[in-house]
Amino acid sequence: MTLAGTTDVVVIGAGHSGLAMSRYLSAAAIDHVVLERGEIANAWRRERWDSLRLLTPNWQTRLPGHAYSGPQPDGFMTMSDVIGFIDGYAKVVSAPVRTFTTVTSVSPLDGGYEVITDRRVWRARAVVIASGASSTPAVPALSSALPASVRSLTPREYRNPRQLDDRTVLVVGASASGVQLADEIQRSGRRVMLAVGEHIRMPRTYRGRDIQWWLDATGVLDERFDAVDDIVRARRVPSPQLIGTPERSTLDLNALTARGVELVGRLAGIAGGKAQFSGSLRNHCAMADLKLNRLLDRIDDWIEANGGSSEVDASERFAPTVTPQNPRLLMDLEAHRIGTVLWATGFRPDYRWLRTPVFDRKGNLRHEGGVVDAPGLYALGLNFMRRRKSSFIHGTEDDVRELGAHLVAYLRRVPLGELPPTATATASGGTPHRHVDSINLKSHFH
Amino acid sequence: MTATATRVDNGVNVEALLGARQALTDTPEAARFKWRASCQWVRGTHSQSSVQGFFGLGSEQSHRTEFSFEADHPEVFASEDKGATPVEYVLVGLASCLTAGIAAVAQHRQIQLRSVKATVEAGMDLQGILGIDSDVRNGFDGIKVVFDIDADASKEDIAALVAQSQKRSAVFDIVTNPTNVTVEIR
Repeated sequence: MTLAGTTDVVVIGAGHSGLAMSRYLSAAAIDHVVLERGEIANAWRRERWDSLRLLTPNWQTRLPGHAYSGPQPDGFMTMSDVIGFIDGYAKVVSAPVRTFTTVTSVSPLDGGYEVITDRRVWRARAVVIASGASSTPAVPALSSALPASVRSLTPREYRNPRQLDDRTVLVVGASASGVQLADEIQRSGRRVMLAVGEHIRMPRTYRGRDIQWWLDATGVLDERFDAVDDIVRARRVPSPQLIGTPERSTLDLNALTARGVELVGRLAGIAGGKAQFSGSLRNHCAMADLKLNRLLDRIDDWIEANGGSSEVDASERFAPTVTPQNPRLLMDLEAHRIGTVLWATGFRPDYRWLRTPVFDRKGNLRHEGGVVDAPGLYALGLNFMRRRKSSFIHGTEDDVRELGAHLVAYLRRVPLGELPPTATATASGGTPHRHVDSINLKSHFH
Repeated sequence: MTATATRVDNGVNVEALLGARQALTDTPEAARFKWRASCQWVRGTHSQSSVQGFFGLGSEQSHRTEFSFEADHPEVFASEDKGATPVEYVLVGLASCLTAGIAAVAQHRQIQLRSVKATVEAGMDLQGILGIDSDVRNGFDGIKVVFDIDADASKEDIAALVAQSQKRSAVFDIVTNPTNVTVEIR
């Protein structure tokens, strides 16, 4: 049994977020360690399908102090490009990464945290959870009613169509993952049905520029968690129907229909070997079309206001989503030769190792823009964590700068061993906390 | 704009609804409601149903008064036509639910409504309920709702209202998604 290591901050996860935080902490001369269950950029190496490319163009794929410098700024990184990009970042940053070190428990101890791993135990005053928003596929409970003849597969296990038998594939969910997988599998010659619930429709390019350029320029990506109407809902919004290809092509439901994919409503139930689809397909498509047009209006307005109409292509509106006249409602899985159901139903973070009461009744981490509801505990890279771009690689920079400042201020005002005041203690009239340091925090922090 | 905005009145107390939403977020058990109806057979296909009590916010609640409904089948079915058919009550439920939703969403979005009219039509092949063709379902083969809306809003904003009312509608969910039904004898 080795002695416990002691440090100021344990960062969990050596992906882009964890490495960016490591860079920030090094610059602030804060002692820390980055614990990584596998290799650097592990999920990108082991949990993505073969053909996947980033949804953001290369020019946008940047980290604090590190950017794409190759010949194709408008291209999209493949998984091996992403791994190379993050590996390169780890070297630039000289992050103190301990690879192949799996965290099994984090619990409060003596005003800080005890972090137990499969290698050694760490004691730290603060912990940054940078283990990713997409650790576990969120497969709906109704999947348990699938007959044994049908294979259940998640995007984390899916690699390419050769894994599948030649029967029909039902892809559930029409986010970026769902439309990309439906497209790839349909092109492989298999029949594909796509179950469509709420989704976000987006063209790859608009008025001659990548849609991400417009989302960036118009401020959509910078919208803050404390400025939207309903952050709980905003955090649940599925990823837009985008694909990164060298051709910069749009992949919406109309494109899939043209290729032969059959659209059905949201998967509502499985009973007696039959899948039941919701009759809400038309409305879900209508909502996505309306939302898309509102976004394009906003972009057009921005162009108008910035006097740039002459520099970009003309405004356009896309054809409404065409739904089948009578979308299928009930389908016998065996009679229709369904071989695989692919659950593109989203991901959720895995916090089973986090032994401190920081979860709401639905099991979500309780946090205000990444400041977790426990002293010295922080999160990074979650969906719309501080900004709409928080879960993207380029969203890391602003979040790390602000959370890093919060964390450094926290460390400077909580001496080792002193129990930080809890929210309840303050509310019940306990000693209010005083800033020892004069670090000026932005007013939106509390 | 503010002066215009404060005058929007569709007769919906949005503040109370938003307050209820917040309260029920904090106390999820109070959000669990039970809706009830009772139905008394009269004669033939004629029945009388009534609703009054329901459960919610943690205790028994009641409508201001008891509401009753006659249901029957029309004369072409060799019935006495003493009330709407049960399937028409489903259409009434859907139309009134969507319409209520439109009013609430419009109020929330500061859109003044002048008139809202829903026309609903649902197709049904009687070969289903009569057991003539087992491939034909008993229920509707489709429902079409057409709204005529006069409001201080663009065509797109009205379309968004109608879309949002479907998204938040209980009856829309009930008719578009399966529900487990348990029928027992006492």
